[in-house]
Amino acid sequence: MSFVLSTPVPRVDQVGVEERAAKFTKRSIKNEAKDIGLKLAVSMMDLTTLEGADSKGKVTHLCRKARQPMADRYDCPPCAAVCVYPNLVAHAVSELEGSGIPVASVATGFPSGQYPLDLRLADVRDAVDSGAAEIDMVISRGAFLEGEYQRVSDEIAAVKEACGKAHLKVIFETGELQTYDNVRFVSQLAIEAGADFIKTSTGKVSPAATLPVTLVMVETVRDHFLATGKKIGVKPAGGIRTAKQALQYLVMVKETVGDDWLTPELFRFGASSLLGDVELQIAKRLDGNYQGSDYFSKG
Amino acid sequence: MGDLKFGDAFDYAAAPETTPVPLQKQYELFLDGEFVAPSSGKYFWSVNPSNGKRHARIARGEEKDVDAAVRSARKAYEKVWGPMAPAERGKYLYRIARLIQEKARELAILETMDGGKPIKESRDVDLPLVAAHFFYYAGWADKLEYAFPGGRPEPVGVASQVIPWNFPLLMAAWKIAPALACGNTVVLKPAETTSVTAMHLAQIFQDAGLPPGVVNIVTGAGETGAALIDHPGVDKVAFTGSTAVGKAIAESVADTTKRLTLELGGKAANIVFEDAAIEQAVEGVINGIYFNQGHVCCAGSRLLLQESIHDDFIARLDRRIETLRVGDPLDKNTDIGAINSREQLGRITKLIGSGIEEGAELHESSAKLPEDGFWCRPSFFTGVSASHRIAREEIFGPVLSVLTFRTPAEAVARANDTCYGLSAGIWTDKGSKIFQVADQIRAGVIWANTFNKFDPTSPFGGFKESGFGREGGLQGLRPYVQLG
Repeated sequence: MSFVLSTPVPRVDQVGVEERAAKFTKRSIKNEAKDIGLKLAVSMMDLTTLEGADSKGKVTHLCRKARQPMADRYDCPPCAAVCVYPNLVAHAVSELEGSGIPVASVATGFPSGQYPLDLRLADVRDAVDSGAAEIDMVISRGAFLEGEYQRVSDEIAAVKEACGKAHLKVIFETGELQTYDNVRFVSQLAIEAGADFIKTSTGKVSPAATLPVTLVMVETVRDHFLATGKKIGVKPAGGIRTAKQALQYLVMVKETVGDDWLTPELFRFGASSLLGDVELQIAKRLDGNYQGSDYFSKG
Repeated sequence: MGDLKFGDAFDYAAAPETTPVPLQKQYELFLDGEFVAPSSGKYFWSVNPSNGKRHARIARGEEKDVDAAVRSARKAYEKVWGPMAPAERGKYLYRIARLIQEKARELAILETMDGGKPIKESRDVDLPLVAAHFFYYAGWADKLEYAFPGGRPEPVGVASQVIPWNFPLLMAAWKIAPALACGNTVVLKPAETTSVTAMHLAQIFQDAGLPPGVVNIVTGAGETGAALIDHPGVDKVAFTGSTAVGKAIAESVADTTKRLTLELGGKAANIVFEDAAIEQAVEGVINGIYFNQGHVCCAGSRLLLQESIHDDFIARLDRRIETLRVGDPLDKNTDIGAINSREQLGRITKLIGSGIEEGAELHESSAKLPEDGFWCRPSFFTGVSASHRIAREEIFGPVLSVLTFRTPAEAVARANDTCYGLSAGIWTDKGSKIFQVADQIRAGVIWANTFNKFDPTSPFGGFKESGFGREGGLQGLRPYVQLG
């Protein structure tokens, strides 16, 4: 049985898209633009910890960091969300009480997704019941690569339903799908199946987010918006470690899909170590010199 | 239906290149290894096109100076450069290439100040290619027998080379490097509006210890170029520029023994099929026409769109030109710089006027243009017919003409419906179609799923009225050798 998207997607030329992405890295972001960009990046950050060793204590540290990443005088906004495993959602919710910062949880048998659907859906419901406002699901990459697109689509729709009011981010693990054609196709598939956000990676597979992969996803979101008026968010995750990289993503968003997407409502960074470098740069802008990284808490 | 806003959220702050550069108040001629005043004592102004201000005085070389230059070149050819061991010539070229790399930043800034192109391009495209050309031909210097097996390649003699203003240093490199590698000596005439970097290149020749007379540079206007081409002491003429001037040159050398290569105008078709990777094709079309403000002889100035994707593609182009940043060429974020001269802006404006008059629809970016200097918004025409002036004449500015076709055969016919034949672009995800179409297009350079890519190893040159002879690659050696 063949699967048909309601809006067919164009092909993607690898050389061309990588060349285009590289052009965004040539923009020179200075002075006020840098201030704005850096703080925007913090406000878009899903501060993440996804380790087997995660504990309540670790999550407490992270939640405090998300509420106030830097000392008052830097006027730094809070992070967009805190992202944890389902087991720690309830704890994160209580730690973030009153902050307005949502808790995101990976679910659906993260990171592989290689579990029966009913277990994955139970995983989602459990996270939502614990207070997760955002669910980061993984698609069945095996099914996608087998060409079982209908199954992938149906699963996303089922997870969306299980999410209830929680926002759904759909993780493709683009490092496993590999081709830009696959990325473009799965992006459209996920959007049509009900994704609120499309997300590159789990952070557990290399390569994780790259600029060209994210560009392909942003272009899909843009074309969907132009056709339907509906805005879908994009979240690159994994592999973004420096402020410079984060600014390059923002340049790409600004020049591809415009001002409306320069908001945490529609663009997020999934990152664990990015914040540290962004803090250094924000402090440099205000204080005029770089400080040792020891002066900033590690979350 | 959504509408994108490209406004001022996260607006980029000005990021001008501020490295100080040694722009001189006055530039002399480069004759016999020395910088000397012109015999007439006259100078003309070079203007910074981004603000319209005069910024350097350039020596006006006249017949007497041309004569001195050709004599110097002749002497150097006979006494020094011609007899020199090829490997030694190669060493000079390598040294020149290295010095260009060392001074790349200041040369890029000067190129941008004098010509108006964005620093991004002079820094990332022009200068790396200039150095690469010298490196590439340095390598050939002692291997010419392998380029022409059994042919006993010998130099031709004194080459007079006249170059245009769109890629001042790069065109100088394209001309000088192969000529020297083959053992010829050179008299170069830069374009009137862009002489500054040629004289800094002369300084590099001097610093490299290049023997006097191997390269002479005579600045001036059209008459200076004509005097150089007509000089009886010249063995070889190489010209890059407009087709009209190229024809006049061909006439003037017709009754002489001078060898001639011409690289002239173009009106390249950039053909986008419905099965292309659309988003990348949009970028390719943008790069094809707006690179260097469209001051590119091989610019993809005719977009041939398959009818089935016309409306969608045009909507994408409309949006994309809004994100092109027009302004200060020295700003690292500038995509489109200044038009090279008031005269060129006049020509572009006139042709835009003809497009409107003949009924085509103008799409223009809403970019705010600086008040001083010479500027043109990136724009394109839809509803263009093959008989419109804007479909036939080279505009040499940031103005694209969009035509449509229905089938591959029609695309080929439209692409070839021109007196030019310099370049073309083909956009399709289907490999077999690329070869099928490319085989039928009469153009010297055909790009597939990319555009405006240059490499010293690759020959460049025209069919039909785009000229003859090839520059670059092994083929680029041929005009500078005679085979014994």
